[in-house]
Amino acid sequence: MSMTNLSDVPSGETSISSPPSGFDIAVDRAFRGSTRFFAWITVALVFMIVYEVAGKAYPAIREHGLGFLTTKTWDLQSGEFGVLPEIWGTLYSSTLALMIGGFFGISIAIFLTQDFLPGKIEWAFKNIVELLAAIPSVVYGLWGIFVVIPMLRPTAGWLHENLGWVPFFGTSLSGPGMLPAALVLAIMVLPTVTAISRDSLSNVPNKLKEAAYGLGATRWEAIFGVIVPTAAKGIFGALVLGFGRALGETMALAMLVGNSNQMSISLFSPGNTLAALLANHFPEAGKKEEPVLMYAALVLLGITLLVNIGGAFILQQTSRRSAGVAT
Amino acid sequence: MSEIEITKEFEDVDFPRLERSLRHPRTLISVVLSICTGIATVMACIPLFSVLFMLVFRGGKKLSLELFTELPPTAFEDGGGFGNAIAGTFVIVAIAAAIAIPVGVLTAIFLAEFSPTSKTASVARFCAKTLTGLPSILAGVFAFAAVVLVWGYSAPAGGVALSLLMLPTVVLTAEEAMRMVPTKMKEAAIGMGCTRTQVALKIVLPTALPGILTGVMLAVARAAGETAPLLFTALFSNYWIFEDGQSQVMEPTASLAVFIYNFSGSPFENQIEMAWAASLVLVMLVLAINIAGQVISSRTRTR
Repeated sequence: MSMTNLSDVPSGETSISSPPSGFDIAVDRAFRGSTRFFAWITVALVFMIVYEVAGKAYPAIREHGLGFLTTKTWDLQSGEFGVLPEIWGTLYSSTLALMIGGFFGISIAIFLTQDFLPGKIEWAFKNIVELLAAIPSVVYGLWGIFVVIPMLRPTAGWLHENLGWVPFFGTSLSGPGMLPAALVLAIMVLPTVTAISRDSLSNVPNKLKEAAYGLGATRWEAIFGVIVPTAAKGIFGALVLGFGRALGETMALAMLVGNSNQMSISLFSPGNTLAALLANHFPEAGKKEEPVLMYAALVLLGITLLVNIGGAFILQQTSRRSAGVAT
Repeated sequence: MSEIEITKEFEDVDFPRLERSLRHPRTLISVVLSICTGIATVMACIPLFSVLFMLVFRGGKKLSLELFTELPPTAFEDGGGFGNAIAGTFVIVAIAAAIAIPVGVLTAIFLAEFSPTSKTASVARFCAKTLTGLPSILAGVFAFAAVVLVWGYSAPAGGVALSLLMLPTVVLTAEEAMRMVPTKMKEAAIGMGCTRTQVALKIVLPTALPGILTGVMLAVARAAGETAPLLFTALFSNYWIFEDGQSQVMEPTASLAVFIYNFSGSPFENQIEMAWAASLVLVMLVLAINIAGQVISSRTRTR
């Protein structure tokens, strides 16, 4: 009966369904093609960045070669350029920041996922940590200059006077320096580390935790023996991505690290980083300095791409593995 | 009664050992660690409150209407404002959004709708994720090489740099939002004879719009606070971007973030106070955009 009813319906005006017209199909093809084109633009951008930076850096690469990475002078007059202190400063400040930010970040992630607090307070803390990421880095820089440096100065002075023989306290903090920069950097890395480790910690199946409690483990024995090892890869990925973020952070460092072309293991000595070098020299760069700065940018691009792709790769592996655990 | 019976029956069981007393090292360690992580969590909140306190305390007392209508003060001048920097920030971010949103949303339509599993899609997704980790200063270096060397320091050069930072956020959040659209809705449309394009534009895009907007808001908020990419693309200017009916878009353009950076190192008290006031305005702006994004996403969740 329904069949006859269907055939009774006159085709055309009263039906709300109809096959696509030729025009519709043409539009469809064109639109699909254009979205594919835009997807390729996204891909092309990555290559364009590498191509543009490498292309503009080429004269400097030809002139300075790999010696650029291992020499210490930056002298516009004699045309000698080297970024060893900047590479050292970048890695040193990021490592310090990661040690501080990583410690706090993972502690917070554990504290906020293991039912220590009622849900509402957990939610509040989570949002506060996320808010840390919303504050622009230039504001952190300003805060660092007027709050962190004056706050650190008495402690740093005492440490230098009494424990000056320890290499870390070998110089006095005259103003900007590695430690204030690393501290502010740690605050900026914290939200990244916390968010990703939180995800991987809360993805640990509850069964595992319950099994540990059932065997008589205390809360922290369960955390260190079962939960953290299960989430370890995710936490490691979080640290790597946090490191990547620290490597490329510019403003806070340009304002706090001191921009001095020296290598020192002392926490209180001023230094420089690749990103801060670019920020400080690019605005006034002449034709002579430009290719050299492009070369430095290429070095930074290489380091960050390596670290970020490594971090993404680790995280991808964990999501595959934890998918197996959850079932 | 039961207690007495039990102790008689299990005389060889060492009950005190089953209790969690603080005298046992393992329970003690557990409590100490709980307290330590609690302290770490509270300590991590201190910087945020310190920053906000300083902003309100040092920036708030300078807050007045003139800040929004006047030009930056010179070294020994009192007063002044950063109206041109606010206008510049809006223009630069608008240019960046005009580039990043169409490219990002169209890419996301391709990734979520047209061929989510193709080689192109996985390569594009990987590139978007890689761009997420691109240091902001390198976006500036790219814009310098690609735009500034051709057209000179200008607002569009800054816009290009910022769009590069917005793009991955827009692509990834928009794709996520479009994937949440129920398959049934799409199938219904296809069953009515819609082409894939019509499904994407008339069903998926409107349904996913709140999610896409949230992503766009996040990207805009991030872009508005970025300084490094603007330092040598938009540069800075002490004048209005629109003056006497003439636009100076192709000239160096002021922005709030660069204003803060330039004035933060100033030896003059008035300029430092200005930097704090500008920071307060910038943080309020960024937080307002962020909260707007959160409101949009939470509204849709309840729906």
